Amino acid sequence: MAEIVKKATRESFGLALVEEGKTNPNIVALDSDLAESTKTGFFKDAYPDRFFECGIAEANMMSVAAGLAACGKIPFAASFAMFSTGRAFEQVRNSIGYPHLNVKVVGSHAGISVGEDGATHQCIEDIALMRAIPGMVVLNPADHYEMTAAVHAIVAYDGPCYLRLGRLAVESIYHERDDYHFELGKGITVRDGNDITVVATGLLVQEAAKAADALKSEGISVRVIDIHTIKPIDREILVRAAKETGLLITAEEHSIIGGLGEAVCSVLCEEYPTKVIRIGIQDVFGHSGPAFDLLKEFGLSAENIARTVKQALNR
Amino acid sequence: MNAEEKKRLAITACKVRIGTIIGVYNAKSGHPGGSLSAADLFTYLYFHEMQIDPKNPQMPDRDRFVLSKGHGCPALYATLAERGFFPREELENLRHIGALLQGHPDMKLTPGIDMSSGSLGQGVSAACGIALAGKMDHKAYRVYTMLGDGELEEGQVWEAAMFASHHNLDNLCAIVDYNGLQIDGKVEEVAGLSPLDQKFEAFGFDVQWIDGHDFDAMEQAFAHARSVKGKPSCIIAKTTKGKGVSYMENAVGWHGKAPNTAEYEQALTELKAALAKLEAE
Repeated sequence: MAEIVKKATRESFGLALVEEGKTNPNIVALDSDLAESTKTGFFKDAYPDRFFECGIAEANMMSVAAGLAACGKIPFAASFAMFSTGRAFEQVRNSIGYPHLNVKVVGSHAGISVGEDGATHQCIEDIALMRAIPGMVVLNPADHYEMTAAVHAIVAYDGPCYLRLGRLAVESIYHERDDYHFELGKGITVRDGNDITVVATGLLVQEAAKAADALKSEGISVRVIDIHTIKPIDREILVRAAKETGLLITAEEHSIIGGLGEAVCSVLCEEYPTKVIRIGIQDVFGHSGPAFDLLKEFGLSAENIARTVKQALNR
Repeated sequence: MNAEEKKRLAITACKVRIGTIIGVYNAKSGHPGGSLSAADLFTYLYFHEMQIDPKNPQMPDRDRFVLSKGHGCPALYATLAERGFFPREELENLRHIGALLQGHPDMKLTPGIDMSSGSLGQGVSAACGIALAGKMDHKAYRVYTMLGDGELEEGQVWEAAMFASHHNLDNLCAIVDYNGLQIDGKVEEVAGLSPLDQKFEAFGFDVQWIDGHDFDAMEQAFAHARSVKGKPSCIIAKTTKGKGVSYMENAVGWHGKAPNTAEYEQALTELKAALAKLEAE
């Protein structure tokens, strides 16, 4: 059993990138005046010759990254999720996605947990935008250990990826798993159960596990699946859960439109029609406030997951 | 430049124009005006300026070219075909299903294309990335990119311009195909660019004006650009949109339209007569 780590996934990302940079000289990092926040600043300090500050010009940054990738570099191009996937969507689509270049698009401060900055900076559409680009791999790791493994995996993978980072410190869940194994496109069963399945991603994996633990004492057996790779999604683990538990809830810090919830619905509609309840941002914008209060208000909490499970099971 | 080399380039450029017209006619769509305006510049770059090898299009130390004004690709394709990157017959399949030659440049599909492009403003940024990689790896290659004058209305171009001079990308040469026309009319009436040289100078570029149909002027300008140290270069090439086909010259309607059969035959007649005249000289 490893140690419990309480770190924001953006920090884990920054540390992992420095680690990968030690052995792989082709890794370069680009940022658009947010290196302190996205934690590419760690890479900047470690390898100043391989860090490129692009200024507040995300569109240019993404196409520059494409040019670097065309010459064999492995660029990690970072900004807030709002800007790396929103502002620069078309650059990611046409300069990176269309030629399938080996650029890792990084979106930090994703979701509403940006908090006080408010709706303009709370990106709840990034997963939808990136999923829609042909050939784009979309990742949303849940904790320190998963982020570290994800960074390693996408360095080894030759192709465009979107990596979503969170702002808030989260307590690790995988420290207790000595058998933890990360594989692109493979979901992880975090809690086993037979009554219902909660499929979660990112910050919500932790909340779903807490909900499952709380419900256990009430005699409700909840399976929790962590989908760290939203595209390509692990169809097999979802279909098996549908067959074995008959009912699914998805949980994500993202709009219910175009994110994990709809990805799960798509798989099940095609392969094993099953009722799915989507917890997420219900087609509204966020607003300013402390992050934890916002998460509670928008139902992105263990309590709301537990409540939804009980309602769904009529318990 | 000696007379013989100039003649060789002029003949090649005429063939490039013929290939352009064949491509656009067979595609029944495409952008002849901005292709023909750039045909002499493409010819100069691929037959005189750039270090490239058609037999080894991915040669690591090659000079790179990014057509930021991707819609001008019919003439770029015709140039690559003349240079031997692929057979001329491919031009007849331009824009067809399964074709090697897409409506806008595709680096994964077409030999000789160094970067996919077509969405305006992005190619110049990608060229900056390629130039930056060259600097990192201490490579001697140069990176050329061509922008349309209308394309300069894209904000990303100026983000890229700031980036290029901030990072001292003296291995980057941006060429503006300044033909003065865009889809909705004259560039100066749609969204005026003047004073364009001062704009690029203010963004940290070494700037030169040339006649984009004059090979002697190109030779001087590109030689000077190679000698500039510490900052990127910009060559503003005054060109005639539709150059070489009488009814297309300076006609805004020929930005993105293919000739019908009668127009096609007239264009070929004119270009073949010009070619015969050049060869007889």
